[in-house]
Amino acid sequence: MNLTLHVWRQKNPQAKGQMVTYPAREISPNMSFLEMLDIVNEELVLKGEEPIAFDHDCREGICGMCSLVINGIAHGHERGTTVCQLHMRHFKDGQEITIEPWRAKPFPVLRDLIVDRSALDRIMMAGGFISVNAGGAPDANALPVPKEHAELAMDAAACIGCGACVASCKNASAMLFMSAKICQFAHLPQGQPERMDRVRKMVAAMDAEGFGNCTNQYECEAVCPKEISVRFIAEMNRDYWRAWL
Amino acid sequence: MGGFFQFAKSSIGSKVLMALSGAVLLLWITGHMLGNLQIYAGQDALNSYAEKLRSVAVFLYVVRVVMLVIVLTHIVTSVMLWVENRRARSSRYAYNNTVQATVGSRTMIWSGLLVFVFVIYHLAHLTWGQIHPEFAHLVQKLPGGGERPDVYSMVVLGYQNGLISGSYIIAMLCLWFHLSHGFSSLFQTLGLTSVKYRPLIERAGPVFATIVVAANISIPLTVLLGLVKPAVGGLP
Amino acid sequence: MINLDAHAPSGPLAEKWNRHRNEMKLVNPSNKRKFKILVVGTGLAGGSAAATLAELGYNVEAFCYQDSPRRAHSIAAQGGINAAKNYQNDGDSVYRLFYDTIKGGDFRARESNVYRLAQVSNAIIDHCAAQGVPFAREYGGLLDNRSFGGAQVSRTFYARGQTGQQLLLGAYASLIRQIGRGAVKMHSRSEMQELVLVDGVARGIVTRDLVTGKIESHVGDAVVLATGGYGNLYFLSTMAAGCNVTAAYRAYKKGAAFANPCYVQIHPTCIPITGDHQSKLTLMSESLRNDGRIWVPKKVGDKRAPNDIPEDERDYYLERKYPSYGNLAPRDISSRSAKEVCDEGRGVGEAGRGVYLDFADSIKRLGVETIKERYGNLFDMYFKITAEDGYKIPMRIYPATHYTMGGLWVDYNLMSNVPGLHVIGEANFSDHGANRLGASALMQGLADGYFILPYTMGHWLATAKLPKVSTDRPEFKQAEAEVDGKVKKLLSLKGKRTVKSFHRDLGKIMWEYCGMGRNDAGLKKALELIPPLREEFWKNITVPGAGEDLNTELERAGRVADYFEFAELLVYDALERKESCGSHFREESQTSEGEAKRDDENYCHVSAWEFTGVGQRPNLHKEPLAFETVQLGQRSYK
Repeated sequence: MNLTLHVWRQKNPQAKGQMVTYPAREISPNMSFLEMLDIVNEELVLKGEEPIAFDHDCREGICGMCSLVINGIAHGHERGTTVCQLHMRHFKDGQEITIEPWRAKPFPVLRDLIVDRSALDRIMMAGGFISVNAGGAPDANALPVPKEHAELAMDAAACIGCGACVASCKNASAMLFMSAKICQFAHLPQGQPERMDRVRKMVAAMDAEGFGNCTNQYECEAVCPKEISVRFIAEMNRDYWRAWL
Repeated sequence: MGGFFQFAKSSIGSKVLMALSGAVLLLWITGHMLGNLQIYAGQDALNSYAEKLRSVAVFLYVVRVVMLVIVLTHIVTSVMLWVENRRARSSRYAYNNTVQATVGSRTMIWSGLLVFVFVIYHLAHLTWGQIHPEFAHLVQKLPGGGERPDVYSMVVLGYQNGLISGSYIIAMLCLWFHLSHGFSSLFQTLGLTSVKYRPLIERAGPVFATIVVAANISIPLTVLLGLVKPAVGGLP
Repeated sequence: MINLDAHAPSGPLAEKWNRHRNEMKLVNPSNKRKFKILVVGTGLAGGSAAATLAELGYNVEAFCYQDSPRRAHSIAAQGGINAAKNYQNDGDSVYRLFYDTIKGGDFRARESNVYRLAQVSNAIIDHCAAQGVPFAREYGGLLDNRSFGGAQVSRTFYARGQTGQQLLLGAYASLIRQIGRGAVKMHSRSEMQELVLVDGVARGIVTRDLVTGKIESHVGDAVVLATGGYGNLYFLSTMAAGCNVTAAYRAYKKGAAFANPCYVQIHPTCIPITGDHQSKLTLMSESLRNDGRIWVPKKVGDKRAPNDIPEDERDYYLERKYPSYGNLAPRDISSRSAKEVCDEGRGVGEAGRGVYLDFADSIKRLGVETIKERYGNLFDMYFKITAEDGYKIPMRIYPATHYTMGGLWVDYNLMSNVPGLHVIGEANFSDHGANRLGASALMQGLADGYFILPYTMGHWLATAKLPKVSTDRPEFKQAEAEVDGKVKKLLSLKGKRTVKSFHRDLGKIMWEYCGMGRNDAGLKKALELIPPLREEFWKNITVPGAGEDLNTELERAGRVADYFEFAELLVYDALERKESCGSHFREESQTSEGEAKRDDENYCHVSAWEFTGVGQRPNLHKEPLAFETVQLGQRSYK
């Protein structure tokens, strides 16, 4: 199949970017979206032009590096899928595809489709951990965890930190990302000692980074490649006001 | 107190305040709607209801002050959040798209502001009597002597005017969008939801909005259609 | 001259580690912050090591090429992590885990290291549970286990199909906590380009900032490489796109011995290749083999749809050949068997390079819900890639390069023969011998990072007596100049081919002549083919853009350039080892039944290679493997 791509090109964080149009020829429906971009890039390189820079690594949907907004939807229109796992069979021959980077003030564009997501690391730094040092832990079975709590914690923990929730949110809010970590620990007995402190610190960090606020539109949940539920945002909200009481 | 301001300034804190004030407004809107519906019971019923409300002056002023604080809280927090949100997404996508966000959820600030403008107008019309003085200060003469404000006639005569009814109906449509998202949203923001009840809560918003808005709109509509008629005797 | 003293402590196997811990020198708590440790790579090993060293009070700087220390490819491990907890009461013990691991590695690992790995395995589970890793639980709230290839007990802990992710995020959480405390300085999007030795001791590294292109020197009292494996040498592998051998190879060029590079694990349960465009292969957890049955048609060239092939015309070849282990035979055996049946013309799928993995029986026995609960995400992943529903028609699988047991040589203290240079996780060679068992990579990475290196590092720092060194030294300036020179050279070539096309060609040579089955003629052929291709690479590639920018093509070129040199080293090693062992199958060395035949007389050693120059045969040094406790048996999974 043949496609027309409109791609955001931006040389560096200071430069003014623009959309540039490229053809993508002889694309196999079995290719992943990134493999399609690889082909376009090979052609660009052979022409002596700089390839389209995009983040990617594991290419199996788990590392959270890949980060493209395709036709206005983070990770494309297939639900529960990262771009690297999005296959071209979901597009039509002759289709026009617009490819843009994550857009949010806390995610400055580094080049083309690559953005700086270190703001997410800084939210984690504020409290996305249980303060234990290696060596002092009791036997793992000393603290039983009800199966359903463990399952819920795992539902939340599935977050890959890609930032699609931020990219899709019209307010560039990182609530889904943050609530996933807060609720993973809130559902486990190990997370209880720091529970209230954690939610206050992480929310403060998110605010300081300049992310927006949740307006309960649930676009984040719709694009999340791990389909993390906004129930965790509700739970985080509850923990947050309880933390102040 | 410092703690409260810190809470109020935080993203979730201000959302919680917005939701709590919204919850009070929802209750108020519900009460207001129920009161309005007494119009169908006739002039006496509505006017005596209105008289009872005004009879306890202290109560009335407390309610007014509280409502003012609530409304201001709702507006200040939502505008603050809106400004922050705009800032957080300073660059826009070339290709705009959404998956599941409703129209109501995407236009809250605008539907809210329109409703607010209407509320001012509505108060000016019926409570302060400044905009349509010809309908204000009507009184109903009571059979046993004495008189009381004739709210019934103020409403009916007012809504016989197509412009007034029209603006009312448009405002109610804005209110529908605002409530349909706001009602469900409030449970999410306060964390009073669960996987089991989420579908119910999400459906409850539009249902609640439809009931309130339909009931309210029915008044100008029935007036315009002549189903609800001016009180016998007309303008004094 | 290379010194390959393993420094394994004396005494009975079970007491070596304790004894060693008691004998190692300690660093006074108030002195710890005066030492700086550079940790390169933030996967399970690097992340856990950086966090733990910082918890102890050392001054740590950590580096990763990804945008965040949460992304290394450890994250992709699906199946689980082994530990000798014996929670299932099925007779497991430290000794059994040790024995299974050393046997799984075909007796080509160091006894003392492997025993220690089994010993600390339990502490890993305890620590990870305390970190809030959401391990799978039984209804009673206790930890659940599953069984895994190469073991007859259930000792694998897991978190759905995302165990690697959850463990890595646990390590990341510990690391980010230390970054927040200021105890670790994190350099992400930063790639190590050179190791710097001062007076023969590893004292620093030179990195390239991948965003600004800035070449920077960093000085420390120890350097830790946790830079993973080199499977991407084969172009197609299950590794992440960015995985590379550069850091390890640069250390090798500076004198560190590279051990057993030919031990490359080919994983049996990957999704088959669909075409030339393919950029990577996707692995599905081998835990699938617990409930899936592997088969091919009995008839050559049987093109019927799988569900139309009657039961008696199917060959469940693993169950037939290995009745006691069946579909759970170790990875190397499963992979080779798949290749054999495909070579016979009985492979399935369009290209005939695939075998069926069939869940019909398990679904009948356990119900589709149970299978969904156990492997739902893997079935989803398979569906996403192939658009086929594994619940209804058998999945197709084929082996792919997956893990590299070889790596930089290290002693018992995880230090290479270059003093101060420590190597942990997949980057070293230490624990898996010639073949790694499933769910052991996570165990080793975390054992090294949480519970071994933090002890042995103290001993190094307490005994080394290092002079103060700054990045103004000529050694650093020279290394920076070399890196800068390489970048400029790559950018200046302006040839006619892309880096990727060369990488693909190199991968084909390696897969063809140094893949699952290896022989003398093929390996010699590879040694003939690689140098001219490398020369062409250095003449004919084109890398657009500048060195001072974020330049993804330049990053790739640097990595592939090192693969071109490293490929030869791997082939030399494969050629030199004339026995079959574990993943290394020399066709000349097999039993009459076609099984791998070890030659303990001549090859019971670690091959550690010393760099002599690009394009020149490296020098071989041997560390003999002495087995004091286990009996070397011919590995049998029948």
